[in-house]
Amino acid sequence: MWPTAQPRARTAAAPRRGARHGVRGTGSPMPSGEDGWWLIVADVRLDGVYKIYPDGTSAVNDLNLEIADGEFLVLVGPSGCGKTTALRMIAGLEEISKGTVAIGDRTVNRVPARDRDVAMVFQSYALYPHLTVEDNIGFGLQLRKMPKAQIAERVAKAAATLGLTDHLKRKPRNLSGGQRQRVAMGRAIVREPQAFLMDEPLSNLDAKLRVQMRAEISRLQRDLGVTTVYVTHDQVEAMTLGDRVAVMKKGVLQQVAPPQELYERPGNLFVAGFIGSPAMNLVQGRLEADGDGALLSLGDQRLAVPAALLAERPGLRGMLGRDVAVGVRPEDMDDADLPGEAPEGTVLESETELVEALGSELLVHFAIGAPPVVTEDTRELARDAGADEIGAAGGRSPMIAKFSPRSQTGEGRPVRVRVDTARLYFFDPETGAGIWGEPGAEQRREGSHG
Amino acid sequence: MSDDAATTEAPPAAGGGPEPGAEGAPRRTVAARLTGALGSGLAQLLLVLIALFWLVPTLGLFVSSLRTPADNASSGWWTALLEPAQLTLENYARLLDNAVFTGSFLNTILITVPSTLLIVVIAALAAYAFAWLEFPGRDWLFLGVVALLVVPLQVALVPIAQLYGGLGIYGSIAGVVLFHVGFGLPFAIFLLRNFFAAIPRDLLEAARMDGGKEFTIFRRVILPLGGPAIASLTIFQFLWVWNDLLVALVFADAANQPMTKALQAEMRQFGANIDIISSGAFISMLVPLVVFFAFQRYFVQGVMAGAVK
Repeated sequence: MWPTAQPRARTAAAPRRGARHGVRGTGSPMPSGEDGWWLIVADVRLDGVYKIYPDGTSAVNDLNLEIADGEFLVLVGPSGCGKTTALRMIAGLEEISKGTVAIGDRTVNRVPARDRDVAMVFQSYALYPHLTVEDNIGFGLQLRKMPKAQIAERVAKAAATLGLTDHLKRKPRNLSGGQRQRVAMGRAIVREPQAFLMDEPLSNLDAKLRVQMRAEISRLQRDLGVTTVYVTHDQVEAMTLGDRVAVMKKGVLQQVAPPQELYERPGNLFVAGFIGSPAMNLVQGRLEADGDGALLSLGDQRLAVPAALLAERPGLRGMLGRDVAVGVRPEDMDDADLPGEAPEGTVLESETELVEALGSELLVHFAIGAPPVVTEDTRELARDAGADEIGAAGGRSPMIAKFSPRSQTGEGRPVRVRVDTARLYFFDPETGAGIWGEPGAEQRREGSHG
Repeated sequence: MSDDAATTEAPPAAGGGPEPGAEGAPRRTVAARLTGALGSGLAQLLLVLIALFWLVPTLGLFVSSLRTPADNASSGWWTALLEPAQLTLENYARLLDNAVFTGSFLNTILITVPSTLLIVVIAALAAYAFAWLEFPGRDWLFLGVVALLVVPLQVALVPIAQLYGGLGIYGSIAGVVLFHVGFGLPFAIFLLRNFFAAIPRDLLEAARMDGGKEFTIFRRVILPLGGPAIASLTIFQFLWVWNDLLVALVFADAANQPMTKALQAEMRQFGANIDIISSGAFISMLVPLVVFFAFQRYFVQGVMAGAVK
């Protein structure tokens, strides 16, 4: 749909972990991690995968992903974007309408879930309520007819890794949420599978525990080095956990890239608005040539676009004299009245509407006289955020800036906002594509960042 | 801690609330408590009375079974409560010597146990398939099963009797068992299917990911979790078949008759062999009572779970 989300373009697999566990699905075991787990790791490849339901609705459209050995890939997107469906197709719980899924060197389209040698952690944990923790963790091994002594040994080791040793004889209903989550993890790691699949495993935990378990999952995956596909709608989880993050929207892959790149060089409006919190401010503007640089008009205000930025993003030259969608991250703005330079062409003037003090920073809400960007992407973002119809405020766009706590601004007072113009983002207002390289060319390759 | 909370909270409540409110609150609670106590006390008394009333026929049967036929013919059973000397185990001794009765007791077991087991096993397997396996026409088939619930078994008596005649199993225990299984299955499948369908899908999928084949999932996940429903179904079915008279009257011949039919045969147009009927009926009640009390915890749980979930 969007030229930016060119799904055919394969992404280069992140080599970081792949190099450490350089077994490309050959099936030969190798030691990994300090705990001495013997793991057979494998890459996971999705090739032109579709999920189309009998009633014609499609949940996943032409998904191409290559997840390297030992890589941690996060699938992220608003609810209903097809990320869970994609995961379930890898797991074998959902039939693949078209395309192929391969784990290691085996195409698994016709392989039932039980024979795919992948383990899944469910959002609900899906612990067997009638079994003790010990039996829950060892269930998969029992089904594989592993000798009892060996099961006990593996379960004990997994329990020790997860701090569950004291709870082995208890039933799931007597455990706390965090402990249940650990049991679910234990059930996955004890199998020593080729890949972990995790479906929003932290979404049932309270905020504090979630942060703790997030770190634990990260550590565990690093130690075990198992290829992991992790589904979440929480972009903080996505950014902190993933070696690479794949952003999906309505069944279509938008961009796959390492977290920082996703943040720095979003391929389109949707990715730009989805990654980052508070979200990137997106307004309509117009670029005009001005010497080596350019002038950006936002309503009746002007920002100077530095020449260096134009040199760095040749695609911008093609947009001179045209309307563009402009993105400004809240963290790239500050109070211009604070000490420091605020040269001409970097300041927006407005009136503070609301200040949210977070201690370490102030979130300052204001509006500028430029219309908001209204495209399919931004509508989808607004829907995900549960916001009102965009453009409801007429020709004005609400903005949020992160100010230093030293700022003296207050509600109802005029405010001068300094914008880091070197960190402006530009998008084609028609296609939503990020403007980075040569005009046209880069926009068709956006999917390949990473 | 709690004392602190009480003292800190008390002043604002006293200062803030107007006098009527402060006075009204305890009065209301006393009144409410009184009505509550009266209500629950009355209700309990009523329940006990109903329960006792309900037990009178059973008590009468029991007492009658301990009296001689002559006593039973001359006076009501309640007189024995005043003259316990009447009571004797004679009827039971004679009953246990009666080959017709002991044979029919055995027949009841031979009919009830296989009928119950077959229904539970078949229904559990079918219910799993209806709840969790994907196959073409599944929902229509299940609709058919539900539709069968409304077919009264009486309409099938004659055609099936003819069918059995052709098959040569008319009058046999197998015929009776088959009939019970056939007419018990729709309800059994319905009950278990609804219970199984309420088991979270994630659990089955987890078992599938853990390497479970369908039958393993059925045996190791569904059956243990479906325990209450299966127990309640077992009791339902056991009681139904054990107490059945109609099916036995139609399909069991004299050699294969269960207790209910044997006892019914002791009824005469102008009287009854009260000694055999009372003691026999009491024995026939005893077994279901034991079964019920053994499983009653599951019974209640199962009925609730099957119905609401």
